[in-house]
Amino acid sequence: MNTQSNFVVRAFRWFDPRGRSLSGWGFMIHRLTALGLTFYLFLHLIVLGQLAQGPDAYDNFLKSTESPLYKIGELSVVAAVFLHGLNGVRIVMTSFGIAVPRQREIFIGAMVIGLVAIVIFGIRMFIG
Amino acid sequence: MVEKWNITVKFYRQKQGEKPHDQEIKMDVNPDENVIDLVERAWALHDRTLVFAHACHHSTCGACGMRVNEREKLACITPVRSVVANGGTLKVAPLRNFPVISDLVVDMGELYRRMDLVGHQPVDSDREEAIQPEFRPAGPAEPNEDFMRLSDCIECGLCMSACPVFSSTPDYLGPAVLAGAHQAGLEKNPLLFKLIDSATGVWRCHSAFECTAVCPSNVDPGWRIMELRRKVIGDRVKTLFNPRKPAEVGK
Repeated sequence: MNTQSNFVVRAFRWFDPRGRSLSGWGFMIHRLTALGLTFYLFLHLIVLGQLAQGPDAYDNFLKSTESPLYKIGELSVVAAVFLHGLNGVRIVMTSFGIAVPRQREIFIGAMVIGLVAIVIFGIRMFIG
Repeated sequence: MVEKWNITVKFYRQKQGEKPHDQEIKMDVNPDENVIDLVERAWALHDRTLVFAHACHHSTCGACGMRVNEREKLACITPVRSVVANGGTLKVAPLRNFPVISDLVVDMGELYRRMDLVGHQPVDSDREEAIQPEFRPAGPAEPNEDFMRLSDCIECGLCMSACPVFSSTPDYLGPAVLAGAHQAGLEKNPLLFKLIDSATGVWRCHSAFECTAVCPSNVDPGWRIMELRRKVIGDRVKTLFNPRKPAEVGK
């Protein structure tokens, strides 16, 4: 069918936001947060690699993480965990045939809970 | 008095070997007519080279599947009022994920081959399974030709176009084919288990449910794929305690 297009173009076609329904956006959010969290895992391992350069190097790095830019990054990780995790529960449920006709409502509920949790985390991280 | 709107319709135009482009046509329309009426009028009055497919005009043939303002629709049952406002722009484009033959017509041959592969029947004769209980006529319980009906799936391809996974993975059987397998009945054809219980079968679906959102015929492919998964898991558990005999495995 769509075999004519080249591999690279095809590989990114899943992210085509044109004409998507709510659950289609759920799919895109799930995949984007998955890619983001995988990227973060590598970043995390690189940061831990600083330990190999001694305690001073690691302490210096930790000081730099107090900047707002890092905090925004950390909040992004928290947001990705909530959105991916809560949406993941919905996907597991529907994959076992549970509440499939209600998947849209479950998605809305999961996202509302996720957003509330992100706001609470954000307030605690930035305001204290 | 009939209401009149003036809208701009952007038609996707592409002949084989050419780059696609949009053709804009300003049209006076009745907001209660359907999009297919505009396409037919554009062909009849503005440009006879516009290629599109249509047949029944009442969502039974599935021929006029296209993207209306990027969303997969059957043009014959999509009122203009539901997709554009007076003075607005309406975009009409061919389905995604299929090769464009010309303008709004795509090659769906591979879909039909796959539907044949899973044994999907455009007409159901097994009334016990095909007809919902409340619509079953009184009479003998055996399948009866008098009770034959059109299958829910009209093979319009909207779900295949909307599926983001199929966009990236052409080997994926796709929602229409998996729904077809479900409608054909795994119990009747155990070989289907092998086909759908694979990396290109039910496990490739990533629960975007776009198929269900665009299906004009209430087939609900998303639900059927999840039902197939449930059956596959059930079959695996069953064979765990009651392994198939070698002769059965070879079948």
